[in-house]
Amino acid sequence: MSTNKHAMINRYKWYEIIGIYCGIAVFLTFVLAPFVEGFLVSLKPLSQLFSSPYRFWPENGSFEAYRTMWEHVPGFGRYIFNSFFISITATIVVLLLVVPAAYAFARFEFKGRGVLLGVFLAVNMFSGAVLLIPIFRLMRVSGMLNTYFALIVPLIAFLIPTAIWLLRTYMMRIPRELEEAAYVDGASHFYTFRRVILPLAMPGISVVGITTFITAYAQHFIFALTFNSKTEYMPLPIGLFAYFGRQEVVWNELMAASFVGIAPAMIVIFFLQRYLVSGLTAGAVK
Amino acid sequence: MEAKRQTVIFAWCLLLPATIYIAIIVAYPLVDTFILSFTDASLKRVTNWVGWENYNKIFNATFADVIVRTFVWTFFSVLFKMIIGTFGASLLNSAVPGRTLFRILTMPPWIVPMAIGIFMWGWMYNGQFGMISGMLQRFGLVDGPVAFLAYGSTAFWATIFTDVWIGVPMVTLYLLAAIQSIPQDLHEAAWTDGAGRFYRFRRITLPLLMPAMITMSMISLISTFNSFDIIWILTRGGPSGSTTTMIIDTYKTAIGSYKYGEGAARAVLICIFLSIFSYFYFRVTSRLSQEQSR
Repeated sequence: MSTNKHAMINRYKWYEIIGIYCGIAVFLTFVLAPFVEGFLVSLKPLSQLFSSPYRFWPENGSFEAYRTMWEHVPGFGRYIFNSFFISITATIVVLLLVVPAAYAFARFEFKGRGVLLGVFLAVNMFSGAVLLIPIFRLMRVSGMLNTYFALIVPLIAFLIPTAIWLLRTYMMRIPRELEEAAYVDGASHFYTFRRVILPLAMPGISVVGITTFITAYAQHFIFALTFNSKTEYMPLPIGLFAYFGRQEVVWNELMAASFVGIAPAMIVIFFLQRYLVSGLTAGAVK
Repeated sequence: MEAKRQTVIFAWCLLLPATIYIAIIVAYPLVDTFILSFTDASLKRVTNWVGWENYNKIFNATFADVIVRTFVWTFFSVLFKMIIGTFGASLLNSAVPGRTLFRILTMPPWIVPMAIGIFMWGWMYNGQFGMISGMLQRFGLVDGPVAFLAYGSTAFWATIFTDVWIGVPMVTLYLLAAIQSIPQDLHEAAWTDGAGRFYRFRRITLPLLMPAMITMSMISLISTFNSFDIIWILTRGGPSGSTTTMIIDTYKTAIGSYKYGEGAARAVLICIFLSIFSYFYFRVTSRLSQEQSR
């Protein structure tokens, strides 16, 4: 009965369906237009790009830019590698720090728990930009400036809060009875954590790992811009500035390189979108 | 009692690594910012205590402009994100074929490295060769090329527009999740009483979505206030300061001109504003969760 009613409520009249699809079309045009335009730009020869009047469709478009981009900026593969290396390392460290901390917040009663959780979440309100000066000095004093460390170490700090919050929520849903049974059998706290909680929390840990990786891959611009000037450590977003020549920007190669750079992220989204939506939106619920 | 103490010690051992990390990379720099703001720290070896001088220096008409601009910029960006996000979430909630695909297609601006999306906008804003100016001319809406990033007034709105574009997917998917958690019985009851779709949206969906909208606009407010990448890549705060927000101003002072002390004083002001926002955020969300549990 209920499902029947549900189906009837959701039955649209023909003009409603047209309205909905038109609305979605407008909305997705706004969201996707830059990508469509960016892709068409990558197909156009430079001479057509720098000509008036503007033409939307490429004339004798080709994938030539996808070949020349590698010749123009030979280090481009290195930038993609750097982005991956930075994001993966950051994700691993974040998980090592966050899994135990989230468990402590989810399960144990102790003085100052609420305050400490508040402090962790408060980190989210600062972007790196506000703390840039002291972190810059910290990097310089410790000799980390212009190394991979300068790109990874500050990034990790700003990935921790959301990861703790996500994983804590997940771990609170694991039934307490399982741990209590382990304690009755004489298991230690650590043994219970490792053998009971970790396996049960694995799905949650993977979601947090994926979202952390995506965030790291998408947003490490300001630290990379400020703390590193060596070409060999530059991640993708900074490396793309290599296509900004003295005279003019090589737009078709820049766009081609952008698409090559985001291809891995796009593949990840496509296969993991179900987990991503739950992970990313839950991360916003602070 | 002994068992309880052991539990507490274990809990602290679990928390210690993450806590130390945040203490070194976030808490210490925060304290350092406050201390630096009272010094004339720069590239020079010697650093002198200067008291309130850095604060006196920044309180002038130019800086008042920067503060006002930051608030106007943030206000409109958050407003548009919420309006477009609510619009998008309601549409994506409709039970029409293809909606899973539409949801995936909403995500790219959020998931792709921000710099890449910003480069694409940078090209679209180009006056002579860009898409937006070209389309406007094609449809006869403007007479000549419009170089959006070359003039203060258009650059201001162009940077807001790009910020909205990057922020909309998160707002949309968050509000979509909130809409989906509204109990279906309410809609069924109203439907049985003959309420139309639009009436139900206005009288059931919108009121029940309010808490999520308030929460999201607060989160959005904090992240938008902190926005750096978009303005930096598109205009670097220009032309002639028309897109210089507090974050950009701080970055230019500290990193661009190596005036760490003056930059730190600006950063402290940002921290104060952010703390006020966060205070309201925590108050509002705790009140909302109390109301919900009642």
